Parts: sequence; structure tokens; C-alpha cells
Amino acid sequence: MRLSGHGLRCVRGGREVFAGLEFAAASGQAVAVTGRNGSGKTSLLRLIAGLLVPAAGTIALDGGDAELTVPEQCHYLGHRDALKPALSVAENLVFWADFLGGERSDAAESLAKVGLDHATHLPAGFLSAGQRRRLSLARLLTVRRPVWLLDEPTNALDVAGQDMFGSLMREHLAAGGLIVAATHAPLGIESRELRIGGVA
Amino acid sequence: MTALSALIRRDIRIALRVGGGALIGVLFFLTVVVLMPFAVGPDLALLSRLGPAILWLGALLASLLTLDRLFMADHEDGSLDLITMSRTPLELACAAKALAHWLAAGLPLIVATPVLGLLLNLDMVATGAVALTLLAGTPALTFTGMIGAALAVTLHRGGLLMAVLVLPLSIPVLIFGVAASQAVIVGPMTFGAPFSILCALSLVSLVVGPFAAAASLRHGLD
Repeated sequence: MRLSGHGLRCVRGGREVFAGLEFAAASGQAVAVTGRNGSGKTSLLRLIAGLLVPAAGTIALDGGDAELTVPEQCHYLGHRDALKPALSVAENLVFWADFLGGERSDAAESLAKVGLDHATHLPAGFLSAGQRRRLSLARLLTVRRPVWLLDEPTNALDVAGQDMFGSLMREHLAAGGLIVAATHAPLGIESRELRIGGVA
Repeated sequence: MTALSALIRRDIRIALRVGGGALIGVLFFLTVVVLMPFAVGPDLALLSRLGPAILWLGALLASLLTLDRLFMADHEDGSLDLITMSRTPLELACAAKALAHWLAAGLPLIVATPVLGLLLNLDMVATGAVALTLLAGTPALTFTGMIGAALAVTLHRGGLLMAVLVLPLSIPVLIFGVAASQAVIVGPMTFGAPFSILCALSLVSLVVGPFAAAASLRHGLD
């Protein structure tokens, strides 16, 4: 499987964010997107996720499921965590598993992996920022998608959480997945760097 | 199907929990109708003549009250991004969300109607007619209001403003809803004609609403 973008140009609010951007990642590879604030890291992830329309260029996923579009084969972990404060931890996770569909693994197991198994019945509104991030990570584990698009994934995670996340990413890559992550901090796994807009 | 029923169940669950919107609509409906006799005065004949119109106005405003948040909440917490990316067509997801909103916020209004009919001196038959027209007409309000809710997300402007902008779409519903109820109470029209048009309005909006809302959400991707 190979995710690639050619000649990507992104315009937001009438301003060109980047142009002529090329990238490629194969199964088992991670790409760390770096660049100063406002250079278009998040925009690139949202282009791949189909949440922004490129002004020029194409994005292709070779070797994926031909029946599905690229966004349908991606997980997007953005700044906003898509959790409902009124629902419990388990309800939030099970909803996304049911809604996103496809191949899935046990929700309780995923919660144990991210260290939230003691809080399954707690409303998500009571979680700390780090716990919310962990719950979002549990979504990536429960629903299987080959491509992970991660925007500042280690934000709010403590040191143990970052280690845990590193091993989850290594597992995903070993299983043939691929990762595109926008990040300032080191990702914690072996990755290729894609720098947008000059020196950070 | 699993995806859509999961979405409907989640939205209903959120609406019914503390801080959800389901009760707000009913309370508003209750307030409007309870206050009306005090404003109009103790003229029972006048009250029963105005009754259907008051109930319909109350139900219309109550269903608009919570509708502007239909997509806004999902937009703010990032859920809408994931819904857009998912394997479920956005049109179906929109329809499911509107259906959930109607079940949680629209249906309670209809259940409350018989109680409120007493306050407006409506007899059993008249109250039944109003409840029946509300049952047939409120889906149209929800599904056309959904277009305004989607526009509110896309244009990053105040939700209520956009709801007001789609208000003209709900005027035909109001006209034929009240006309059908009045036909039962005072005549001389038949009940069937305005009621059929009301049902037609609902069916059209069931089809057009999700497509318009999904198109608006897609257009406004950012």
C-alpha cells in the first residue's frame, strides 16, 4: 500500500498555504510533517482526509480497497477530539466503532491498552485533556483503518502515555499500516521527515 | 444500517441527558401555550377559535429553538469531520440526525398537545386533529430547518439567524397545518385537502432536506 500526493496546492481564505507539495509513504512507514506554525501541516492532513479540497494536485492510495475512497480508509485524529461530554467513555467509543464500521476489535480491550479501563462508565466530560486524548487513541485501535492521520498526537499525553502511544504506532506500522503525523515534538518512532515551508 | 442506528441512538441519548435539548423545546411550548389564555383573556369561544393556531405557532417556534444546534455541536467537537470522512453517505447521516432530533424534540411536543388543548378550551376531536396535523407536519419543520442548521455551520454565523432565514420555508407548513385543524373545528373546508398537502410538504422535505444539508456541509468544508 502506498499513499502519495502530487503537486498539491492548498489555498485557505484566499492565501496560498503551500504549492507543489510532493509526498509518499508506503506500508510500514511513518511520515513526520514538520514546519513552523501556520505552514500548513494541519491543512495537509485535512487534504488527505478529504476535509479540504486541494486547489491543485492529486492524492492517491495505491493498493488500498478499490471500493473505498481515500478518506474512508483513514483515521483522522485532530485537535478536536470528537467526544461527547454527556456520554460515558465506553458509549463514546462504541458509538464511533458502530458508526465508522468495517473491521473492528474489542472496545474494552482497546480501552485497557490506552489505560482507561478503570473509567469506562465515567462521562467523558469529566476526563482530563490527556485522558481525552487516550480515548481518541482507543478509537484508532478499535476501528481498523490502514492510514492514520495524526495532528500533534502527543499533545497533552504524559511521558508514560507517549511511550504507550509510541508502541501503538509501532504495532500499527508492523501490521502494514502507515502514518502521517504533523508534529513539533519528536514522534518517538522511526520516521521520515516532510518539511513544509522552509526551516522550522 | 448499524451506522445510522448508532447515530440516531447517540443523538437521542445526548438530547435526553442533562443539558440536552429535548426538554427545552417542550418547556418552551408549554410556556407559550400556558401564557396565551392570560394574554387573550377569558373568552372561551375566542380561545378555542385561536387554539389550533396557538398550538401550531408554539410547536413551530419550539422545534426551531433547538434545531440550530443540530450540526453546530458536532462541528465544534470535531465529530462532523469524522462523519464526513466515514463510509456512510453524508446525506443519510444528515437524515439520521434530523430523524433523531424529531424523535427527541418533535415527538414530545405532539405528546404534550392533548394536555395543552385543555388550556385552550379545545374539545377531544379538535385536540386530536391538531395532534394529528402536528404529527404530519413537524417532520417538515425539522427537515427544512436542518438546511438552515447546515448553513449556520458552513457560514460561521449565528445559528438562530440562519434558522430565521429558512423560516419562510416553514410558512406553507404552518398555513396548511392550521387550515386542516380549523377544518375539523369550524369547517367549512374538508379536512382531507389541506391535510394531504401537509403530508406532501413533509414527504418533499424528507427528500430535499438531507440532500440540501449535505451539499451545504460539503461545500463549506474547511
